[in-house]
Amino acid sequence: MSDDKQAWPSKRDWQRQYDATRLRDAPFETMSGVPVDPVYGDAPLPGQYPFTRGLHAAGYRSRLWTMRMFAGFGTAEDTNARFKEILRNGGTGLSTAFDMPTLMGYDSDSPWALGEVGRAGVAVDTLRDMEDLYADIDLGTVSTSMTINGPAAALLAMYIAVGEQGGVAKADLAGTIQNDILKEYQAQKEYIYPPRPSMRIVTDMIRYTSAEMPKWHPVSISGYHIREAGSTAAQELAFTLANGFAYVEAALAEGQDVNQFGRRLSFFFNAHSDFFEEIGKFRAARRIWARWMKERYGATDERAMMCRFHTQTAGVSLTAQQPENNIARVAIQALSAALGGTQSLHTDSFDEALALPTEKAARIALRTQQIVAHETGVTHVADPLGGAPYVEWMTDEMERQAEAVFAHLDELGNGSILEGVYAGIDNGYFVGEIADAAYRFEREINNGQRIIVGVNEFTDGNEDDETNLLRIDHSVEELQRKRLGAVKQERDSAAVEASLAAIRSAAADPTVNLMPPIIDAVKTYATEEEISNAMRDVFGTYVEQAIV
Amino acid sequence: MSVKKLSVPELVGRALEGDRRAIGRLLTLIERGGEPADEITDLTHPATNGAHVVGITGAPGAGKSTLTGQLIRHLPTLGLKPAVLAVDPSSPLTGGAILGDRVRMDDVAGDGGFIRSVATRGHAGGLALSVPGSVRAFDACGFDPVLIETVGVGQVEVDVAGAADTTVVVVNPGWGDAVQANKAGLLEVADVFVINKADREGANDTRRDLELMLDLSHVSGHEDGTGYRPPILMTTATDGSGVEAMWEAVTAHRTHLEATGSLERRRAARFRYEVASRLTTRMERSITRSVDGLTPDGRSPATVAADLAADLLA
Amino acid sequence: MAIESTDTEQPTIRVVLAKLGLDGHDRGIKVVARILRDAGMEVIYLGLRQTTASIVAAAEEEDADAIGLSMHNAGHLALAPSMLAALDDADLDIPLIIGGIIPEADIPVLKDAGIAAILGPGAPAEEVVAAVRGAVAARA
Repeated sequence: MSDDKQAWPSKRDWQRQYDATRLRDAPFETMSGVPVDPVYGDAPLPGQYPFTRGLHAAGYRSRLWTMRMFAGFGTAEDTNARFKEILRNGGTGLSTAFDMPTLMGYDSDSPWALGEVGRAGVAVDTLRDMEDLYADIDLGTVSTSMTINGPAAALLAMYIAVGEQGGVAKADLAGTIQNDILKEYQAQKEYIYPPRPSMRIVTDMIRYTSAEMPKWHPVSISGYHIREAGSTAAQELAFTLANGFAYVEAALAEGQDVNQFGRRLSFFFNAHSDFFEEIGKFRAARRIWARWMKERYGATDERAMMCRFHTQTAGVSLTAQQPENNIARVAIQALSAALGGTQSLHTDSFDEALALPTEKAARIALRTQQIVAHETGVTHVADPLGGAPYVEWMTDEMERQAEAVFAHLDELGNGSILEGVYAGIDNGYFVGEIADAAYRFEREINNGQRIIVGVNEFTDGNEDDETNLLRIDHSVEELQRKRLGAVKQERDSAAVEASLAAIRSAAADPTVNLMPPIIDAVKTYATEEEISNAMRDVFGTYVEQAIV
Repeated sequence: MSVKKLSVPELVGRALEGDRRAIGRLLTLIERGGEPADEITDLTHPATNGAHVVGITGAPGAGKSTLTGQLIRHLPTLGLKPAVLAVDPSSPLTGGAILGDRVRMDDVAGDGGFIRSVATRGHAGGLALSVPGSVRAFDACGFDPVLIETVGVGQVEVDVAGAADTTVVVVNPGWGDAVQANKAGLLEVADVFVINKADREGANDTRRDLELMLDLSHVSGHEDGTGYRPPILMTTATDGSGVEAMWEAVTAHRTHLEATGSLERRRAARFRYEVASRLTTRMERSITRSVDGLTPDGRSPATVAADLAADLLA
Repeated sequence: MAIESTDTEQPTIRVVLAKLGLDGHDRGIKVVARILRDAGMEVIYLGLRQTTASIVAAAEEEDADAIGLSMHNAGHLALAPSMLAALDDADLDIPLIIGGIIPEADIPVLKDAGIAAILGPGAPAEEVVAAVRGAVAARA
């Protein structure tokens, strides 16, 4: 199971890769001036299959992880202002959070939207909002990440339309859309339709972007939410990769080319508090994905075997008690992600247990990453913990536990992980495992077995010091409803109706790709809810079982 | 006025008029048993209308709740007013329960329907007392049909099948399922078979297996010698297909029962069973009291029991 | 002689647990469901995406002794009162307990409005059970 020494490419191959890499302009030496090697220890080396030690030969010497901080609240204009500030400060990555109604396929004037408009993120009802969101921003030069799942197709369509308006071709748009519907049934619960039709939407988007948008990542296969819902580290790893395998099998079943779409898949993991467990998890993820993509799914292009991932520090680990302690937690979690070789990182703000972060707290979170990147020296050496007996054992252990889950799903699905995942969603396997793990964890804290500083021990200092509570202004809701009303007035209703009918017939025909009719619909200023409803009419909606 | 402050007759009166809060409270008193429950039995018994009682059972995960949900959405379109008892097991350790079946059934209050979640509570007699009582209450309050949805395992199964006129057994495609159904004795109680998730592979094979088992077991029409053979229906509960046909099969069974006089016989059997359950519960209390504190005194257990029985039944 | 009650000690407490609105965080409410079940209560678990109407209907039909709502999205100041109003309209005198992320400052406001009890995130099992039992006893 662990990396077998005989078959690996030589150190010379690694050297060749390293020498061909353009490095950052920085001294790769310790604080005391001692130069250090780019890597230590045995093969397989970073950049070599199965990539346990990292995706790139030079590790962070070529490029640091992307420091991608989430933004999005209020109206599109508010968020647009935040975006421009980020770009002014030298950032090139825009990450968008949407409000709950938008995430669930409802408009701002829906009864479900009451009290939610613009709160957890930005409200997007029509293309008009998207235009305002990215006003005066050249989509050809930025990379955008959109965190949305159920209605993802409509949002991507809007982004494409805005790009077109600004003269940017689809092929030049760079970014990611989360669009990982499987984990919704398991953890985040932001689904709309049942699993199979939802998978069809995802595979349509994979096919569309593979062909037309080579710089776009159509799925960010996520473990973060699974972990937040209470799973163990091994379950996070196993369920996430299994979902990944499911998407691969679904795309293959449609005749898509694994080398082509495989390169566009990326992942999103949690960085929780058990330091070495997390590092073992990240390393195991790379090894498992590479093996399965090559051996089971026939990938030949190494880029299709690479588990590239974004990481976010564990929101659920933040305590409301003595919130400043969270700065220490986040720093340690960020460090584990860096030692685990993440491609991109979001660090939580210390006051997020209570409410959306203040600017100061968000800045401290960013500084935390910058301290890890620039002051600790861990970025000089790729996979610096590789070879340490405990770390290698942990990597193997994570892999072993994950493989047991894959075997179970394979059996459940009669030799298909995709069918096994559907079955597991249907029979409550995933939610049951997660609920069990969550309950066990709560009990351990409850009976003092597991210490959480400030919560069940070391509680001195738990004064009521709620310095910040970002209260959202309710006038946003009124404003947004008015805007939506105005758009509905101005648009050509006949064109909207026709476009929705076209979506309905495309939905009913599995051989038709849904992206083009959805793009047409957004251009008529059909609303997100109208588009989602057109598909609800054909696919139905999903109600989960009560599995506690 | 809070329903909790009403006397039993007042509460029953309100419930019979259709007050949903009163009906809810009534069901609680029935579940708790004791004098109030007996009083309710006496008051509701004369008000019943012979509602069709349908049991819906099968292995966990077969899709019973979803199917029941589709059914209760369909029945009002036929002018019916359904009530559902959704039964789930209580924890044998703590006595508590998670009752989650109603999640998959739309809120039917708007159509006049009623959904009640019931835990088995694991007491002596289990559901044998409260289910007939609740069914009677629903019937008296004008609900028809009364659907009892349960997981088909052991004692719960027996209690529920005993309470129903028509028992529907739900299975899924996969040959193992049909065999399991047989093992669980569900073949004997089934008046209608439903293969749910019929869009999955193996649905037709499962149907064939069930037909074969019905052929072999000679169970069909066993009880009433009429040669009635349970029909096998295919449904996909998630989109509702097959639900209308399923209901037609259920009503056809009822018609058959009436035509052959079986309905009366079954209801008479249920009456006997309910009376026997009540007697058993009474006896068990008395027995417990009788043996409490007994110590060996030289006589054999057989003699001791015979002497005590003479006292009890005197 | 009447058949003695099957509830030998206290009558079994029945609690409706739900989340209002679109918020999808159900980790906490699931833990509470188990806690209450382990304390011998019957939990009518409605879960996510409930409306005040669906909760009222369930409370009526199930003759609930208490209703527990889990809130994570800072929606409590709007959602809690709307639930109280719905219960009032339906003439249901059932205690409402709120759990989740509620800032200290808002607790008196909610209590004044009529919320029976408020439980913080990760409240220990004993506290949860006591809150429910206390709320039920107070309304008996």
